[in-house]
Amino acid sequence: MLSVSTDSTFVHKIWEEEELSKMTKSGIPWPMVADGAGNLGRVYGVYDEGNGVNIRGRFLIDPDGVIQAMEVLTPPVGRKVEETIRQVHAFQLVRKTKGAEACPAGWEPGKPTLKPGPDLVGKVWKVWQPE
Amino acid sequence: MAEEPVGCAKPTGAVIGEDAASPDKSMDKPKEGESTMVMARVGGKAPDFQAPAYHKGKFITIKLSGDFTFV
Repeated sequence: MLSVSTDSTFVHKIWEEEELSKMTKSGIPWPMVADGAGNLGRVYGVYDEGNGVNIRGRFLIDPDGVIQAMEVLTPPVGRKVEETIRQVHAFQLVRKTKGAEACPAGWEPGKPTLKPGPDLVGKVWKVWQPE
Repeated sequence: MAEEPVGCAKPTGAVIGEDAASPDKSMDKPKEGESTMVMARVGGKAPDFQAPAYHKGKFITIKLSGDFTFV
């Protein structure tokens, strides 16, 4: 896991020491990456040229280096970490079953998965209902 | 993740790998308005990059493809 912002490594150091370490017991355990020129933000589609900042974006990258999910929001609304963790569990399950199982909308760990195939077509209602 | 010396410069990150196919740029100029950048998209390879980072009290350089840790 790593975080990226347009702040310098110096700013990251002070932010971590003076504020973030007071919000969590262990401080920030992952590398805080500096993208002052916005080079990373541009290719990830989150760099705001007008304001010179990276807007909020979250990317889930699998062990093969493939992006499985992304979530980008405008500044006033924050993301929810529980949703990110749910998606990580779901993508891990799909990967473990080599795509034999899929996670329907609202899936949580422990809940039934879907087994895509001819038998499931038109019969999703039998194994999954919206909440 | 080697530790970096501290200087007065403000180091930044860079995307890597995009120029590998065309060492002589004068022979293979992209058309005007055409971007050579590979944009991030779901189902696609995450654009690789190398960038300075702050990590547990140290200034380091991190490379996505090399230093990536998995949950």
